[in-house]
Amino acid sequence: MTAVTESNEIATSSGPRKRALWIRHLMRDKRAFVGVVILTIFVVSAILAPLIAPHDPNAMAFSMMEAPSWVHPLGTDDLGRDLLSRLIYGTQVSLFIGISTVALAMVIGVTLGILAGYYGGFLDTIIMRYIDLQWAFPNFIVAVYLVAILGQGLWNVIAAVSLAFIDDFARVARGMVLTIKQEQYIDAARTVGVSNWRIMWRHILPNATAPLIVQGTVSISFAILAEAALSFLGLGVGVDTPTWGLILADGRTFISRAWWIGVFPGLFIMLTVLSINFVGDALRDYLDVRESKDDV
Amino acid sequence: MSGYLIRRLLGAAVVMFAVATLVFFMLRFLPGDPIQTMLFEMGDADAVERLRSKYGLDQPIYVQYWKWLTRIVVGDFGNSIYGSRISVSQIVLEALPRTMSLAALSFFVALIIAIPAGLISSLYKHTKLDHAVTVIAFLGLSMPDFWFAIVLIIIFAGNLHWLPAIGYAPLADGFWDWFRHLILPAIAIGTPFAAIIARMIRSSMLEVLQMEYMRVARSKGLLTFRLILVHAFPNALIPVVTVIGIALGILLTGTVVVENVFAIKGLGRVLIQSILNRDYPVVQGSIFVISAIFIFANLLVDILYTVIDPRIRYD
Repeated sequence: MTAVTESNEIATSSGPRKRALWIRHLMRDKRAFVGVVILTIFVVSAILAPLIAPHDPNAMAFSMMEAPSWVHPLGTDDLGRDLLSRLIYGTQVSLFIGISTVALAMVIGVTLGILAGYYGGFLDTIIMRYIDLQWAFPNFIVAVYLVAILGQGLWNVIAAVSLAFIDDFARVARGMVLTIKQEQYIDAARTVGVSNWRIMWRHILPNATAPLIVQGTVSISFAILAEAALSFLGLGVGVDTPTWGLILADGRTFISRAWWIGVFPGLFIMLTVLSINFVGDALRDYLDVRESKDDV
Repeated sequence: MSGYLIRRLLGAAVVMFAVATLVFFMLRFLPGDPIQTMLFEMGDADAVERLRSKYGLDQPIYVQYWKWLTRIVVGDFGNSIYGSRISVSQIVLEALPRTMSLAALSFFVALIIAIPAGLISSLYKHTKLDHAVTVIAFLGLSMPDFWFAIVLIIIFAGNLHWLPAIGYAPLADGFWDWFRHLILPAIAIGTPFAAIIARMIRSSMLEVLQMEYMRVARSKGLLTFRLILVHAFPNALIPVVTVIGIALGILLTGTVVVENVFAIKGLGRVLIQSILNRDYPVVQGSIFVISAIFIFANLLVDILYTVIDPRIRYD
């Protein structure tokens, strides 16, 4: 108890204290705590996949559709591959796609949103016309349309899913810029001759991070779901890479004889998405950001 | 009101025009030559040339674009280039009632789950019951719908043999048969939708219950079923309607995915199959029609909103 009070007194208003605060907030929220623990397990097992996967994910070395046992904790699939190993390797792909698509969508979307909001006028009209058009459609549908154009494959899926999410970030960023632009410190910066570029990235962006973090968290869960659904429909990264959605699609014909092939991949997806949603919800509370469309 | 209506209709028309344009130019970006695909990559130069002129692909792009625009106005999307080669509009017209009835049933299922769940968790806020509903709602939002669909098939079709695992029966052949085929996909689609609406009803109810008139009613000892259902709930519904517009996106996404699990030949299955078959005219047609349905469903919700809440005036 004393240790906590002391650290509170020592660390004032600067970075470390702020960080400690939001971590403590997450830890106090029971759901967020569960979320962080599960996510950590997933991330660590994705990184250490070669070490912890009990078998080779692609080796068709075992009898087909074996029920879960000590040797195969989650059973084997229709080609005699160890399901747990495949799912652990699938974690790599699914998390990589989820995080990289949102990172890309964030960079593009935030840039567009800040440019539109800061300069206004013609540039704003052009950018927002496009964003509004995309906004008229659910992200997943946009991703399907884009895969139809680009074709399947890892990079095409990443491109399609990230493009499908840029409207969310552009809107949030633009909204923040419009508010922050009115602040006195922006006027002050302008009067002393700070360049537009510097105002946008050094004065506005850092003050717009809270809603963007929340949006980013929620988007990762939707990006993971979108990738899984694309893979499931045969519009994903391709047949040689085990992703959660693809493993589920592969096993789908055999679920009547081997329920584990149908159930476990979905459980992995659900646990990940659920954890991210728990963390996202706690962050929303903590950063005091209101809800927006993103639940789509 | 009529000015607002006209503006919204014009707006929707502009979006549809943009979609038509994007869909047209999309085909020009596609890797591979659709004519070659049509001939299974085996056509000689002569055959390719003949088909090219038959489909008007040898004309300048603005001529093709103009033709495309004038044709879709009358619902002509050309013919499928895969398999039977029937007209795209025929394929779409056959798929449309399947998607519509699935979406309608999913919507209904979602409301049946969401209304009691939302009411219960608002009336028993911060109790164990409320927390349980919240966690279930989170689960509903986090479940991949196609996976939930598979789990439902395993349980209700595979083990219990209560319901068919795949397929569709038209409503014209009898309600019961239609219902039996669609209830599992409708549950799979409706659950995430229900989760969002239940949470919305909860927060909206909590707000209404704090209002002055509710407190007055309660102080008179009127906290009854009637009070909640007749006075509080209808008012709490107003913000919920806006979320329904948003949640339509979930409904549409769910339909596209889940139709493929249950092998229901609706618009979603037509879209995905045509992408996999590189059947470009069908891809174009189904994208256009799905987009149109979505845009007009949203428009309807917005109009409904003004009808439900007379305080809202758009002018």
